[in-house]
Amino acid sequence: MRLRIDPERCQGHARCFALAPDLFDIDDYGQSSVHSDGVVPADREDAARLAIANCPEFAIEALED
Amino acid sequence: MRRTEPVTDWETDFEVLDAGYVEDPFGIWDELRASCPVATTERRGRAWLPTRYADVTAIAHDTTTFSSSDVAVVTIEQDEDEDILPYGLPPITSDPPLHTWTRRLLLPWFSHRRVESYETLTREICGSLIKEFFDAGRADAAIDYAQQIPVRVISHILAVPDEMSDAFTGWVRDSLEFADDPERRRRGNYGIGEFLWSKVQERKEHPGDDLISDLLQSRHDGEPLEDSIILGMAMLTLIAGVDTTWSAIGASLWHLATHDDDRDRLVADPSLMATAVEEFLRAYSPVTMARLVTTDTEVAGCPMRAGDKVLMSFPAANRDPAVFDRASEVVLDRAANRHVAFGSGIHRCAGSNLARMELRVAIEEWLRRIPSFHLEPESSVTWAGGQVRGPRSIPVVLR
Ligand code: HEM
Ligand code: SF4
Repeated sequence: MRLRIDPERCQGHARCFALAPDLFDIDDYGQSSVHSDGVVPADREDAARLAIANCPEFAIEALED
Repeated sequence: MRRTEPVTDWETDFEVLDAGYVEDPFGIWDELRASCPVATTERRGRAWLPTRYADVTAIAHDTTTFSSSDVAVVTIEQDEDEDILPYGLPPITSDPPLHTWTRRLLLPWFSHRRVESYETLTREICGSLIKEFFDAGRADAAIDYAQQIPVRVISHILAVPDEMSDAFTGWVRDSLEFADDPERRRRGNYGIGEFLWSKVQERKEHPGDDLISDLLQSRHDGEPLEDSIILGMAMLTLIAGVDTTWSAIGASLWHLATHDDDRDRLVADPSLMATAVEEFLRAYSPVTMARLVTTDTEVAGCPMRAGDKVLMSFPAANRDPAVFDRASEVVLDRAANRHVAFGSGIHRCAGSNLARMELRVAIEEWLRRIPSFHLEPESSVTWAGGQVRGPRSIPVVLR
């Protein structure tokens, strides 16, 4: 599983970072980004899905592979 | 139509300051969502009230049709603050481009890194407040606790003395909660404005490590900011950061005082705190914001005309069963929670990291020392509503 943040949609609610600080980072302006090119370790896929389900801007996309 | 007349038809004649609505709006929203998802009124000019999540978020994202130039839920006649605040209170009362750059100047002050550095202070404030009333065995969870916390944290960020807290609280309430009373509203805005204006002038001579000094040193397009913009931004920080967070803390404590099962569960399992905080924010969202319609348009079949207002009820959106399972229940471990208590789109609450931290710490510290409490028998809880909804008095017995 790989994650992508749509920078146009992300408004910095920081839910993703609160739920999975190992997968996301947030800059001082609230813009979220993904660690390690968005590649999610197998045992963190649930956390990734939780982050997606809590982003009020629908800014996190999962690219399953 | 007199504003204070009781409401008999919520679909075409709603009134957000109606006492019953302020105390318990939830059933009214549920009925409206089912029968007339965008209600309307002519009581203070023409206004619309969308109650579905999809409509509220769509309107929030269309900043061209729905301008932030008038965000007041209770419309008031223009008054003289216009003179000292030609740009309003940016970024909340502005549209791009003014919105974009003023927001960018504020955001770093409330980044999650910066907010972490305010956590110890917040915990100390909570601890010393509890110490004041703990031995008495009773307290007002709104007045003695919730109300006191955010104002002290903001005072720290603005580097103004703690002793100003009571004055700030009074002014902010005058400004937001008594908007229907022009005298009070003016008094609140002038109080805040005059005080912060003097700070802006003082910090020019004696800069410090605070928000106002930072704004004085900031540049936009190579130019220093106008004093009135700095004043507007500082006023906004105070007005937006106090009543709102205090309402969220108060509503959460009210819930815990009236739901023993949830209280005991949270005390027994503090790992629920993260989802519980989000759930309190969803279920008791304090903030409604307005938009001004700029061109004739239609939402869910309702014809809106330029000049109409739309009251964006984030609180009603957060109770929409189309988006949330068991929408009308408080579910402490709700896993998926895309609530919009902090808004949606470009005006997302700039202070949301701070508000979340304050809310979590306030509940943690309270429950750590007061794991069992309930409402004082024979006393009544009072609520304020309009722009910001929350309890203003919650008499409780501790244990
Ligand atoms: C639980 C507490 C809070 C709630 C529910 C809340 C809610 C909101 C909402 C709904 C908006 C969006 C306004 C709109 O769409 O027109 C907003 C904007 C804003 N809030 Fe908060 N807020 C809270 C606490 C705070 C705090 C603690 C601060 C800062 C000290 C703050 C500062 C701001 C600012 C500066 C904006 C304007 C952002 C913009 O227009 O870009 N808020 N808030
Ligand atoms: S939760 Fe969504 S909007 Fe918020 S920071 Fe993460 S990606 Fe951005």
